[in-house]
Amino acid sequence: MDKEKYQKIVDKNIPKENVKINATKAFLVGGFMGIIGQLLLDLYTTWLDIPTKDASTYMIITLIFIGSLFTALGFFDKWVSWANCGLIVPITGFAHAMTSAALEYKKEGFVLGIGANIFKLTGSVILYGVVSAYFFGLIRVLLFGG
Amino acid sequence: MIYLKSFLVAGIICMIGQIILDKTKLTPGHITTIFVIVGAFLDIFNIYDKIILFAGGGALVPITSFGHLLIHGALENTVKYGITGLLIGMFDLTASGITSSIIIAFVLALIFKPKD
Repeated sequence: MDKEKYQKIVDKNIPKENVKINATKAFLVGGFMGIIGQLLLDLYTTWLDIPTKDASTYMIITLIFIGSLFTALGFFDKWVSWANCGLIVPITGFAHAMTSAALEYKKEGFVLGIGANIFKLTGSVILYGVVSAYFFGLIRVLLFGG
Repeated sequence: MIYLKSFLVAGIICMIGQIILDKTKLTPGHITTIFVIVGAFLDIFNIYDKIILFAGGGALVPITSFGHLLIHGALENTVKYGITGLLIGMFDLTASGITSSIIIAFVLALIFKPKD
């Protein structure tokens, strides 16, 4: 049997329901993360009496800290494989990817292990984020003057 | 009301990611990368700014806001430095997030042992 035929049979037999269930999980968990984000924003603006812009920085750092800590404690991997994009797309996914890379390569040493691999999964986000922001920024400067 | 909007917007963004993940052969790494690029792209026309005004935290939590912050940090500096400002300001608004994730990930990697 050639590969294309095989792939067609595989595609046909992947249960469609899973796609719906996964999408619902991602929607609910992702939405819940959004609520936590907004809740933290409100807490920081009222408690610390700071502008929303500063509060959003604190909020992002808080979520990064939670994502990293839960990853290091070991149970966040299970949450991520359950909720998938619900936890990967929020900033917690960025923290999770970086912390798990650092932990996983720890045994290979400080330089060739942690140093060389900490950006293994998040490097792509930073690389393409910077490249696209640069060129889109350039387009915007040329079109609208900044 | 802002909480409902946050829930819906963050939920929908994550759901779009999940559907792409399930329907294609792309990995989570591809999804987050695409979303950052989309976030930066939408702000050529100030679209993501409007989504943030509408949904607050719900639009700031997804990784798309990382692209939004990169392009705005870069653009803010073009006022003072012209086109070189793009280079000077690129990390202005994301520095806190990137720096804190690096430091937190490193310190935690020192303290904790990987599973299995």
